Amino acid sequence: MPYIEPHGHMVSRTMYDYEKMALAGCEIICEPAFWAGFDRSSADGFFDYFRQITEYEPKRAARFGIKHFSWLCINPKEAEDTMLADDVMALIPEFLNKPNVLGIGEIGLNKNSRNELLILEKHIQLAADYDQLVLVHTPHLEDKRKGTQLILDALKNHPKIKPERVIIDHVEEHTIQMVLDQGFWAGITLYPESKCTPHRAIDMLESCQAERIWMNSACDWGVSDPLAVPKTMLEMKRRGWTKESIQHVAFDNPVKFMQQSGKFTP
Amino acid sequence: MNHWTKPASVNLVDLGFMDSRSKLIDLAAFLDRVQRAGQDDDFRVAALKQAIALLSQNEPERAKKVLLSFSDPSTEPIPKATMQGAIGAHKESLKVEAV
Repeated sequence: MPYIEPHGHMVSRTMYDYEKMALAGCEIICEPAFWAGFDRSSADGFFDYFRQITEYEPKRAARFGIKHFSWLCINPKEAEDTMLADDVMALIPEFLNKPNVLGIGEIGLNKNSRNELLILEKHIQLAADYDQLVLVHTPHLEDKRKGTQLILDALKNHPKIKPERVIIDHVEEHTIQMVLDQGFWAGITLYPESKCTPHRAIDMLESCQAERIWMNSACDWGVSDPLAVPKTMLEMKRRGWTKESIQHVAFDNPVKFMQQSGKFTP
Repeated sequence: MNHWTKPASVNLVDLGFMDSRSKLIDLAAFLDRVQRAGQDDDFRVAALKQAIALLSQNEPERAKKVLLSFSDPSTEPIPKATMQGAIGAHKESLKVEAV
């Protein structure tokens, strides 16, 4: 069955991973800018990274018949250094006109610090100034609930940000309802140990009737599975989901959100 | 427009019992292991024991309650990030009797 990987860090993956994803039915991958496992020392490193995810990864994906889109930002793990963050954010506008750049992301918080929040607010302003979609990373583990609330407050405080044009990713059982209740989209990340398993994801989808929700694997440099989405689709089938309902979550919902960019075509 | 179609009824116990049984025994063995090693005074072990007590509740919100029990309950940003990772439990929010 065709599916979309709406949040995959393919710079961390091999061509073999691309091949496996294509064989499993992946038609489109979207790649938010993120932390590469170590801190970059200058904005030049980010310039190269932005070129990699906007120019090079689409070519790798195309070899397997997969479309590739991207999102740009400086991620919250590297946002404590506000001078570096300002330099990186100054690079972003020149990339926003590219036909495969969908918006600003994955911005957000990591340890919920004042500097992280300051840079988040600057990214939100950037998205408002350039009328961009927003993809938000929420913090890990014990920091997630607090960080999600701080992020929602920052977004709601901006008069030009429309919740239906923002997706809050990595939600879990204790954060999904606060995200959906305020009109935002929610992303469920299928990631061993630190985020969500297939069965927990399906529980949440059933509880929330699968509206304004997508699921993704993240598939970054950590212990992660680029086939997490199709494996969850299989579990949905085992749990009595119809083919149409599975496709609604795995394909139609990501299309509905990302088509708002004006650039995304399935 | 809501496209929601309720899934067909399946036996969820058949689907999930063996996996849950295995995870529960792993958890029990972990608690035994850290106790034998004299490491069960770690705040993370206390956080686990506090969360385990939540499994006995009757409302079907156990996963949410467990996640909240591990969470930082504060609401203000911290002055500065001094680390990049997360630990999995929040030390200051543990109830005294669980430590």
